[in-house]
Amino acid sequence: MGQNLYHKVFDRHCVAQLPSGQFQLFIGLHLIHEVTSPQAFSMVREQNLSVPFPERTFATVDHIIPTTGAGRQRPLQDPLAEEMLQHIEQNTADFGINFFSPDKNDQGIVHVIGPERGLTQPGMTIACGDSHTSTHGAFGTLAFGIGTSQVADVLATQTLAMAKLKVRRINFTGALQPGVYAKDVALAYINSLGVNGGVGFAYEFGGEVIDRMTMEERMTVCNMSIEGGARCGYVNPDETTFDYLNGRDYCPEGEAWERAVADWQNLASDADADYDDVIEIKGEDIEPFVTWGITPAQSVGVGQKLPAVDSFAEADQLVVREAYEYMSFEEGQPIADTPVDVVFIGSCTNGRMSDLREAAKFVKGKKVAEGVRALVVPGSQEVARQAIAEGLDKVFDEAGFQWREAGCSMCLAMNPDQLQGNEISASTSNRNFKGRQGSPTGRTLLMSPAMAAVAAVEGKVTDVRNHLEN
Amino acid sequence: MAENTVTEITGTGIPLRGNDIDTDRIVPARFLKCVTFDGIGEHAFADDIKGLAAKGETHSFAAARFANAAVLVANQNFGCGSSREHAPQSLQRWGIRAIIAESYSEIFYGNCVSLAIPCFTADHETCAQLQATIESNPEGELTLDIATATATGPCGTIALQIQPGAQSQFLDGSWNARSGLLGNLAAAKEVAEKLPYVSNYA
Repeated sequence: MGQNLYHKVFDRHCVAQLPSGQFQLFIGLHLIHEVTSPQAFSMVREQNLSVPFPERTFATVDHIIPTTGAGRQRPLQDPLAEEMLQHIEQNTADFGINFFSPDKNDQGIVHVIGPERGLTQPGMTIACGDSHTSTHGAFGTLAFGIGTSQVADVLATQTLAMAKLKVRRINFTGALQPGVYAKDVALAYINSLGVNGGVGFAYEFGGEVIDRMTMEERMTVCNMSIEGGARCGYVNPDETTFDYLNGRDYCPEGEAWERAVADWQNLASDADADYDDVIEIKGEDIEPFVTWGITPAQSVGVGQKLPAVDSFAEADQLVVREAYEYMSFEEGQPIADTPVDVVFIGSCTNGRMSDLREAAKFVKGKKVAEGVRALVVPGSQEVARQAIAEGLDKVFDEAGFQWREAGCSMCLAMNPDQLQGNEISASTSNRNFKGRQGSPTGRTLLMSPAMAAVAAVEGKVTDVRNHLEN
Repeated sequence: MAENTVTEITGTGIPLRGNDIDTDRIVPARFLKCVTFDGIGEHAFADDIKGLAAKGETHSFAAARFANAAVLVANQNFGCGSSREHAPQSLQRWGIRAIIAESYSEIFYGNCVSLAIPCFTADHETCAQLQATIESNPEGELTLDIATATATGPCGTIALQIQPGAQSQFLDGSWNARSGLLGNLAAAKEVAEKLPYVSNYA
C-alpha cells in the first residue's frame, strides 16, 4: 500500500510524540492577523518567551479594516479597530515579523496573500488563527485553523501539538455543467456529508473535476472544508499547482525550482495510497447551490424547493425549525425568486481574480436592481490592482456596484460593512450563521460569484444557467 | 505540574439544546474587537439572548436559575465554525468549567483543552436526560470525574466519554501544551534543518 500526502507531510514534520499521544509538528508557515494574535503576543511576553523563527511568520490586517478609501485613513474611526491595527504593527515590529500592510499596498485577506505571494508551497504545514486556513490545502499542504493559545505555541516554538487525523478521499467524477462552479462543488459535499461529517478527518479532494480546476477554484473547494467539519482539506500538487507558483515572490528559482518540483511530485498521494474512507460525487449531479438556512449544509439546488422539516433526521429537526423561523422561509417554497437586499462578492472563499472576472461577465452592461446594495471587495490589494488593470472596477461601478478596497468585509462584518435589520444577502462568503453578516437578524444566502452577480441584476435569487448566453 | 492538574469539576448545570451551535453564536464577531479577553464573558450568546427575549422567551444563559452554573450540557457539533478562542474564553469567563455534549468541532475542542475546560461526550439520550434533569433541578450539583469519566448528581452516576489524550493532559496537568513543546525546541530545530523548503531548496 502506498501513502497519501497527509501522512507523508505529517511524518516529515513530526518532532516528537507527546505524552498525551498527540504529535508535535513543525509548522512551516505561520500566518497571523489582527483579531486572533494580540492575546497570543501577550502570552509570549508574559512568559518571557522569544520567537525563534520570526521569518516563518507573516502578518496582515484583514478582518477589521474598512474597505473605503476614507475609512482607511488613520487613525481608523473605530477606536477598537485602530487599537487592533496598532497592536499588529507593534507586535510585528517588536518580533521582526513581516507585515503585509496597507501602508505598503500589499495587504489582503490572509488566505489570499499567502498563495498570491508564493508563501504557500506544497508539502508545508501551515497554521493560522483562522478556521479558513484550510484554503491553503489547495497546494497540497496540511493547513490548520488554530486558537489563540496555539498561535502563542507556534510563535514560541514554531510547533503545534496535533492528533493524527483520518483521511477521506472525495472523488468528484465526470464534469461540471455550465453555470456550476467550485463554490457549488463545496456546497455540494457539505450538503451531502453534513456540517460535522468531516470531524476527525482530513479531506483529500480529487477526481476529474478537481484535476481540471484552476488553483483559485481548488482554493474555494478547500476553503470550505471546515464548514464540513474537516480540520483540513487538500488537493494533491500537480502541473496546475507548479504553473501557478512558478515565478511568485517567495518561490525558489532556477535549479532550486527544479528540485522543489521534484520534491513536491513525490509528496502527492501514491496511486495505491490507503484511505480511511473514499466517497464519490458525480460532477454532473451538482447544481448551482444556494443555502436557505443557518448552517452551510442547509442548501438546495437553485431549481429546488425548500425541504420539509420531517425529511431530516429527528436530531436535526430542531436546528431546521430554528432555521425556518430565523429566515422567515416556509417548507416547500422555491429558493428561486427570493428577493435580495444586499449582494456581497468577496471573502477568502470567492474574492480572487477569477471570481471577480466571472461575476463581471454577468454584470457587464447591466444594472444592479433597484433597492439592492451591491459590494465587490477584492481579496487583496494585488487582486484589486489586477482587476483595475483589466477594467473590472469600471464594469462593476457602471452597473451600480460599490467597488471597495481589500479585506474580509461583510463575510463577518467586523468592519463597517454590515447588514441592517433582517436584510437578505446573496453572499459569496462561507458562513450563513445567524448574525454572521453583522446584523443579529440579518439573513445570508451563500452562492457562487456568478449566482450572486445575477442576483444583483435581477434583485432576486436567479438560476445563472438561464443567463449563460452572456 | 501538579498544581495544574484537573481531576474533578463540581457545579450546577446549564442546558443548551440544539445541534450545530456555532462560535459566532457563542460570541458574535463584533465582540472580537479587543486585544485582551477581559470582559468577554459578558457577551456569551449576546444575540441569541436578545433574539429570544424579543419573543418573550429566556435563553438559558440569561436565566437567573442557571446564573451560577459551571457545567454546560449541549448537543451535536457544539462550537462549530470559527477558530476564535474568544468563544471558550467567553464561556469560561461566564462561569463554565466543563462541557458535556454529543460531539464538538475539533478546533473548539482543542481550544477548550488549552483553557483547562474538560469536554465530555455522551449519546443523545444521555445529554437529553441530563438537560431535563438540570431543567427540573437547577440547584442540583453535578460532579464530573476526569479519571472515571462520570457525572454524579441528582440522577445518579452516569458514564460519559472523554478523549484519552485530553484525559491524561488534565490528570497530569499538561493541558497547556506550551511547556512540553518548548522542551523539544532543539529537536524542532533539527527537523526544520531537514525540511528542504526551509532553505528554499538551496
